[in-house]
Amino acid sequence: MNNNEILPRLNEVFRDVFGDSSLSVNENTTSADIEDWDSLEHINLIAAVENEFGLRFKMREVSGMKNVGEMLAIIAERGK
Amino acid sequence: MRELNFPFDGKDIIRRRLALRKQLLADGCVRVKKRIAVLGGSTTNHIVSALELFLLNFGIEPEFYLSEYNKFYEDAVFGNPELDSFDPDVIYIHTTSRNLTMLPESPAETAETVEHKLNDQFAYFKQVWDSLKQHFSCPVIQNNFELPLFRRTGSYDGWSTAGHAAFIQRMNVMLLDYARNTRGLYIHDINYLSAVCGLANWHDAEAWYLYKYAMSTNVIPDFAYSLACIIKSIYGKNHKVIDLDLDNTLWGGVIGDDGQEGIEIGQETAVGQAFSEFQSFIKGYKDYGVLLAVCSKNDEENALLGLNHPCGVLKSTDFVSIKANWEPKDRNIAETAADLSLGLDSFVFIDDNPAECAIIEGQLPMVQTINLSTVHEAMYKLTRSGFFEVTAVSDDDMHRSEMYAANAQRAAQLRSFESYEDYLLSLDMHAVICGFEPVYIQRITQLTNKSNQFNLTTRRYSEDEIQKVSTSPDHICICGRLLDKFGDNGIVSVVIGKCRDKELDIELWLMSCRVLKRDMELAMLDELVRRAKDKGITRINGFYYKTHKNSMVAELYSSFGFTLDKKLDNGDSEWHLDIEGYENKNKVIKIRDKENPE
Repeated sequence: MNNNEILPRLNEVFRDVFGDSSLSVNENTTSADIEDWDSLEHINLIAAVENEFGLRFKMREVSGMKNVGEMLAIIAERGK
Repeated sequence: MRELNFPFDGKDIIRRRLALRKQLLADGCVRVKKRIAVLGGSTTNHIVSALELFLLNFGIEPEFYLSEYNKFYEDAVFGNPELDSFDPDVIYIHTTSRNLTMLPESPAETAETVEHKLNDQFAYFKQVWDSLKQHFSCPVIQNNFELPLFRRTGSYDGWSTAGHAAFIQRMNVMLLDYARNTRGLYIHDINYLSAVCGLANWHDAEAWYLYKYAMSTNVIPDFAYSLACIIKSIYGKNHKVIDLDLDNTLWGGVIGDDGQEGIEIGQETAVGQAFSEFQSFIKGYKDYGVLLAVCSKNDEENALLGLNHPCGVLKSTDFVSIKANWEPKDRNIAETAADLSLGLDSFVFIDDNPAECAIIEGQLPMVQTINLSTVHEAMYKLTRSGFFEVTAVSDDDMHRSEMYAANAQRAAQLRSFESYEDYLLSLDMHAVICGFEPVYIQRITQLTNKSNQFNLTTRRYSEDEIQKVSTSPDHICICGRLLDKFGDNGIVSVVIGKCRDKELDIELWLMSCRVLKRDMELAMLDELVRRAKDKGITRINGFYYKTHKNSMVAELYSSFGFTLDKKLDNGDSEWHLDIEGYENKNKVIKIRDKENPE
C-alpha cells in the first residue's frame, strides 16, 4: 500500500478519534499539532488505527512514534 | 441509541466515542445525575469513557472521580479529602487478577501456607470494602477475578494447592460468599465476562506493559457495558416486560395452519426441544418480577390453543396480557403498556420476523427488540443485553406477575358495579400503614428509584438514605401496603415529611401505579395527618416538581384540599394545608394496626 491509499483512511481515523471533522494530517504532523493528542488519546488512536488497518503495532513502535510519517511507514509495511 | 445497544460494535465505539457522546448529550433526554467514584488497581480512563456512553444511553448522567493510578487501597483505607468532597453515589473498585499480590509461589508451599495467603489476600480486599462502608453509605461494586491466560502446569494449575487458577477460584468463592451477606456490595462478574469473550481475547500483556491496562482495549466496551448494567439496575432502570410473538418464537410452526397437534413444542423433536428450553428460560424471568406478555398476529382462540399445548412450559396464565389479533403490533404493544400503566421504555419485544422488529423499532423507538433467528441466540442476547440485570430480589418481585394478573381480574369486576364506590367497597381492601420497618427498606428504596408517574418530587434515595430517615426524629416516614380480596399488592406507597417547627414539608410522596384510583392516597394522607398532629405540627406543605412523566399528580394536592401558594412557569407548584380540624378522607379502605393478617 502506498501513502496515497493510506493517508485518506488514516485521516478519517484521526477525525473520528479526536472528534474534529476538519482535521487534516500529513507526514509531518506530531502530537504537538493536535491539541487533544495526549497520552490517553494516543491509546485510543493506536487501537483505532490497528483496527482500521488490521495490524498490531509493536510495543517499541507505540512508544517511539514521533510523527504521522512513522505511522504511515509502519502501515505501508504491514497494513491491510 | 441503537449503536450502544447489545450487540454493539466495540471497535466502532472506541473510535467514534467523542461523536457518540456529543450526540447523546444533545438528544434532550432527561437523565438522573450520579457521582461515580472509580478506585482503580490499573488504568481506568478508557473504561470510564466507555462507561459514560453506556450510562448516558441508560438515562444516567455520570460524573466521575478517578483515583490516582493503583491507589484504590490507599483511597479506601486511609481516606482522601478529594474523594470525601466528591461525595459519591456509587463506588466502583476496578481490580483484577493483576492486583492479587499473594499468589502461591512454589509447589513446595503447604496447604496451610496457601490457606494463609488466601485469607490475607481476602482480608486486604475486605479492609477496602469495610472502610468504604464506614465512610460512605453508598453501593460498592467490586470485580471478582478473571482466570489467567498462562498456566505453567496445565490443568493442574486449576486444582493443585499452589495453582494460580485454583487460588483465584477460591478467592472468587470467598468474595461471593461475603457479598451475598453484605448489604450494598455488588459483584461485577468479570470471571464470566472474560470467559465469554475468551481469555485469549481478554488478556493483552502488551496493553499492561504499555498502558497498565488489565485487559485488551478491544474488550473494554464489553467490560464497560456489563458494569453499566449493574449501575442502571441499582437505580431501577431495568426493563419490566417481555412481550413475545408466538408462531416460531414460542413454538415451531404456525398454530393457525398446523393446529395444536402440528406445532413443535416438547421433547419429541429437536425443534420442539429447543422451544421447550426457550419457554423454560422465559418462564424463569417471572420469578424475578419480569412480566410476560403476548403480541401475536393470530386469532385469539388459536393463540390460546397453542399456549395450552399439553407439552408447553408456558401457559396462558403465565402472561399478564395476551394480544392475539390482526392489528399492527406497535398498536398492541402501546395498548398493553397502557393497560399495565407502564412506560414503553420498559418493554422488550421478541419476534422471529425481522420485519415486525423493524416496524417496532421505527414506530416505538423506546421499545427494545430481539429478532429471534434461533432460540439460543435470543437467550444469549437476553443474557448479555442486561435488560433484566438483577441486583436485588425482593419478595414483591417473586409475586409481581400474580399482582398484575389480579389487576386484570379487578378490571373485569369493575364492569358489573353500579357506582365506583360500590366497586371499591366490594374489593374488601385493607391497608397496613406503618413506619419504615427494616423488612421494607429494600422495597421502599426500589420504589423511590423507579416510580415516575405518581411521584410528586421524583426524589431518589439510596438504601442508606432511606435507613437514615427511617430513624430520624425530624422526619415522618410512612409506607403503605394494600391488600384486597384478590391478593396482596405489597408496599405501594411511600411518604417522607421533614419537620420544621410546627410545619411539615413533604419531601417525597409516591405511589405505585398498580393501585391507582383505589383511594390509597387518602388513607396515606389520613395517617400522615395523624402522625403530624402527634408531633404538634399544624401545617403541612406540599411540593409538586414537574417532570415529563408525572403530570397525573399535578393537581393531587388540590384534590386533597390544599391551598395553592405558588405556581412557577416551569410547572412546579407549592401548596399547604392547615390540619387543625382535619377529617379523615378515606372511606373505602379498612386500616389494620398490625402487620399480621386477620
